[in-house]
Amino acid sequence: MSAPTLAAREPAKGSGKGSATGSAKGRRAPVRPARVLLHTFLVVTSLAWLAPLLWAMYAALRPYAETSTKGYVSWPDRLNFANFTNAFTQSDMTHYFGNTLIIAVPAVLLTLFLSSMVAFYVSRFDFRVNLSLLLVFTAGNLLPQQVIITPLYRLYLLVDLPGITASGKLYDSALGLVLIHIAFQSGFCAFVLANYMRMLPHELTEAALVDGASVWRMYWQIVLPLCRPAMAALATLLSIWIYNDFFWAIVLISTGENMPITSALNNLSGQYFTDPNLVAAGALLTAIPTLIVYFTLQRQFVSGLTLGASKG
Amino acid sequence: MSTSDSIPAIPVPGASDVPPPGGTRAPSSPQRRKPPYGHRRLLTRRDRIALGFMAGLPTLLHVALVWVTAFASVALAFTTWDGIGFDSIKWVGLRNFRELFDSNPQFWPAVQHNVIWFVVLIVIPTPLGLFLAVQLDKNIRFTRVYQTAFFLPVVVSLAVTGFVWQLVYNPDTGLINSLIGANKPGHYIDWIGDPDLNLWAVLVAACWRHTGYMMILYLAGLKGVDPSLREASSLDGANEWQTFKNVIFPTLRPTNTIVLVVTIIESLRAFDLVYVFNGGAQGTELLSILVTNNIIGESSRIGYGSAIAVVLLVISLVVIIPYLVGTFRKERRA
Repeated sequence: MSAPTLAAREPAKGSGKGSATGSAKGRRAPVRPARVLLHTFLVVTSLAWLAPLLWAMYAALRPYAETSTKGYVSWPDRLNFANFTNAFTQSDMTHYFGNTLIIAVPAVLLTLFLSSMVAFYVSRFDFRVNLSLLLVFTAGNLLPQQVIITPLYRLYLLVDLPGITASGKLYDSALGLVLIHIAFQSGFCAFVLANYMRMLPHELTEAALVDGASVWRMYWQIVLPLCRPAMAALATLLSIWIYNDFFWAIVLISTGENMPITSALNNLSGQYFTDPNLVAAGALLTAIPTLIVYFTLQRQFVSGLTLGASKG
Repeated sequence: MSTSDSIPAIPVPGASDVPPPGGTRAPSSPQRRKPPYGHRRLLTRRDRIALGFMAGLPTLLHVALVWVTAFASVALAFTTWDGIGFDSIKWVGLRNFRELFDSNPQFWPAVQHNVIWFVVLIVIPTPLGLFLAVQLDKNIRFTRVYQTAFFLPVVVSLAVTGFVWQLVYNPDTGLINSLIGANKPGHYIDWIGDPDLNLWAVLVAACWRHTGYMMILYLAGLKGVDPSLREASSLDGANEWQTFKNVIFPTLRPTNTIVLVVTIIESLRAFDLVYVFNGGAQGTELLSILVTNNIIGESSRIGYGSAIAVVLLVISLVVIIPYLVGTFRKERRA
């Protein structure tokens, strides 16, 4: 669970663990070589794990002219960021980052808003439909996207929205992508948030109800503020997932210009990224926002992921 | 952090004997063990309407776009349709399935590749992720740094992963062929195009990513293991392996279930990586790729594409339903 609840429940466990490691340390002193071996193994393996990304970085930093004559496995004469700036400007990446922003920001906010309402309903009241409702949401989120894509594609072509979207349809519009992201991801979020809200003491909402507070106020002013840690974890996770989405946009967007960055990469690599060095630079540039979010909000990301580990 | 076992561990208020507002749907369970909270009486009409909206709106969106379309896939699988007018939908019975099973040269290879995908993921990265988690859970130095390195591939999008591995596998300029000298004409190894090789090449990338995911899930599971268990076991004279095998691993059962479900779902969903890597060329066909190519390809056949989706749906429901029933039943018992 996320930070605050964790801290509240930790002390007993923490001290137990402390004493366990304390005694372990006592015994560990003579077998130091095992630790050295373990560290050696871990260093080698982590480097191996980073190798593909480092290789891409290395290729991206070298001019194409040099690698085409000397080969890619060679000592560099020059390293610079020219490929990065070229990839960025030639393909007008800002435009595609903008597309992603227009899709991801509303999608994340609305997913959290809608799923927290369902979670509130399911977790703070004992209606008979609760369990089935939660089951529908959770199961829906576990389905492979390809199961629903054929009818969804047709549906998006059938829905006419003249004047609302540029394409006049749900198809090929940011609105269409936002809607499917919300519908699909709210399953996971409702599940996680419902579990979180159940842990809040019932007296909280009961007292509010007795005092005459409306259901909406209970949700908005009492329950939601207490869910901030879980919401932060989910927001981090959702941002990365929606940013990284490739499939929905590849199928539901037809105009290359309208694609979010991750999906646009596929077209750009044919049109603008004409050599491997530029492809590497373009791919890495696309990965940068996710990496920034991950490194700054690592804790939220990991806790969100393991919080509702049912996510596929 | 009780994390992964938070799924079964948290009690559900369960069903009560009080009818839902509006008294709509059938009860999900006849059990009435827990006393009702008793605040329903305090709900005003406005509160009930508000609650109806709060649950209704998200449910409507989710059901319309996910479940209605899933059922539409099933219905359309028994028809042919040109997608233009509803009156052109024609019932054809099992024809789409018969054609798929008997005469589509890509179907059985795709099924086989999906199965291989799952087997490889469960045999290589899953135990490796567990092993790494156990090592990194030992209170060692730099554990955060190691975790970050292994987890990085999970954060980066699968599309970017596809491009990065293309740079590794490219027959002319890639890392592997440059290192082993197989990039000269004559002795060429085409990791991306050769149908005997490309699935394994792309699976290496899939394993690269899956290991970190499994490691994080197991690390969370291990955090939930009571440290006194470990202590008791070592006091009894068990060595590290014995403690793991007889004490730790059995308590990881809930995590193992989640890992199994996640891995199956991931193998059914596998798409982005292959699509970027070689577009699902011969040797790397997958069910997801067949469905997608049927939509964005030049000859889109709605009924036929839906039939492939139904195969995918049936396999996933066989996994999803028992898992969720088990999870929710456990919650209700708690």
